Amino acid sequence: MTTAPPDSPTAQETARQWGLSHLGGRPPLRAYLTELWQRRHFALELARSRFRAKNEADRLGVGWIVLGPLINAAVYGVVFGVVLVSSARPDSYVPFLITGVFLFQFFAGSLADGARSIIANRGLVTTLHFPRAVLPFSVVYQQLLNQLWMVLALLLLVTTSGYFPTVNWLLVAPTLALMTLFNLGVAFVAARLTIHLRDIAQLIPFVTRMFFYLSGVFVSMPALLHGRPGWALQVAEANPIYNYITLMRVSLLGEKAVFAVPGHPDQFFPYDPVKTWLLAVAWGVGMLVVGFLFFWRAEDEYGRE
Amino acid sequence: MSETSVDTQQAPAATGEDVVRKPTVIVDDVHITYRVYATGKAAHGEGRKLFKRSPNIRRLREVHAVRGVSFTAYEGEAIGVIGHNGSGKSTLLRAIAGLLPPAKGDIWSDSHPTLLGVNAAMVNELSGERNIILGGLALGLTPDEVAERYQSIVDFADIGNFIDLPMRTYSAGMQARLRFAIAASVSHRVLLVDEALAVGDKAFQQRSEERILQLRAEAGTVFLVSHSMSSVLETCGRALWIDHGLLKMDGPAADVVAAYEASV
Repeated sequence: MTTAPPDSPTAQETARQWGLSHLGGRPPLRAYLTELWQRRHFALELARSRFRAKNEADRLGVGWIVLGPLINAAVYGVVFGVVLVSSARPDSYVPFLITGVFLFQFFAGSLADGARSIIANRGLVTTLHFPRAVLPFSVVYQQLLNQLWMVLALLLLVTTSGYFPTVNWLLVAPTLALMTLFNLGVAFVAARLTIHLRDIAQLIPFVTRMFFYLSGVFVSMPALLHGRPGWALQVAEANPIYNYITLMRVSLLGEKAVFAVPGHPDQFFPYDPVKTWLLAVAWGVGMLVVGFLFFWRAEDEYGRE
Repeated sequence: MSETSVDTQQAPAATGEDVVRKPTVIVDDVHITYRVYATGKAAHGEGRKLFKRSPNIRRLREVHAVRGVSFTAYEGEAIGVIGHNGSGKSTLLRAIAGLLPPAKGDIWSDSHPTLLGVNAAMVNELSGERNIILGGLALGLTPDEVAERYQSIVDFADIGNFIDLPMRTYSAGMQARLRFAIAASVSHRVLLVDEALAVGDKAFQQRSEERILQLRAEAGTVFLVSHSMSSVLETCGRALWIDHGLLKMDGPAADVVAAYEASV
């Protein structure tokens, strides 16, 4: 019998002998993914509950999900369609603009809420053990629920603008799916960065605003960059958000309506669907993998402070 | 002072396996520091100058909250953790729950311990009902298991009609009761209770003490941080006295509580 702490010389052996596992630190990737899969009900329920709570407070409820971006689109429509008329404004402007604004909202929402996903759930993070990746995931799922309502409204609006359903409308689903993967990756990166540096959250609105102007939400990029060096358009086309918006527009309105030269409905800018789809897959899968790994590497730091 | 725990641990070697106790949590020389953004100057310290512009403003300050604690907890034990405010009790518990990684040292456990604290908000804008479902799922239950336990959680928490209202409308006591009821609905191998019993009324305190004893009987290990010596004595067989981040005493609850009370 000694007066030393009972297990200190052999704590590790005792732990191994009884099959105890080491706590703290980052779990191995495979175990982390398994755990994440086990908590999928939690992630989905969290998103659904928040979705409901958010919309129950307002009289119009779910209506605001669509009405908000729609009013937004109307404001841009007035600014860029009436006040600051650009020669890069496509002829079929209303469905072009609304598709852009709605889809951009999906990205902006995922970025903003993703950045706050850990901080806003401090109560959960400091009390319960679960893979933290549940939180950014649940935020993007909530944004996807919003987006599905928006797409429904979009289909209606596009139809009333004279674009009737075609087989290409089926491509809306893979476009949204790929963009969801991309947004998930973005949310993971933003969530971790915000933990390291709170100030990042202050910068998010500027990042969002920059992408808004760079992603051809309210303007035809090939028309805008016409006459500029060729690389300018190539850089613009590499932008994932522009890429997803373009795919959505082409699926709904058709290639001709999207790429017609403004003022010359019989001339078209070149469009390469294969390249565009490949880029969409690369951005979606790539961003998700990179974002997830980046987030997972700091798993043991989210409960600190 | 740690002789008692050594005795009980080593005695079984002579007798038989029915007396051998399975360790559930091993804490080995654990140090915990956490970072806070401190505004302003340190309250004391030799470098303090009144009129000099201090470089300390808004620096990241490290707090060394737990400084080398070791002990082993066994199956079926209820362990009271006592000490003055700020001694590092809650920090230690959060580390055992795996929520705060130790800066040095190791913690092993046979399952992920569940922490039950008063400060922990759930999702305040949601109703009690949604919180029960979310809490259950977060604890790892399946949707069916949550549905099965739902009514008993509501009964245990005893919050009546408030169940449909957002949790932010609850009183502190009601919130604590609901949280305890959710966490206690699952049989945890290791349950960490941080002051949760202090909030409820007498009847609830009794129910929760009963539930802790029951969890203990189900071969779990319960840690109870409390400033109420009577509830430590009633529910715990063993106690740890944490003082300024160090383990000052580890032994039978009655002895430790007596020594602690003598020191205050």
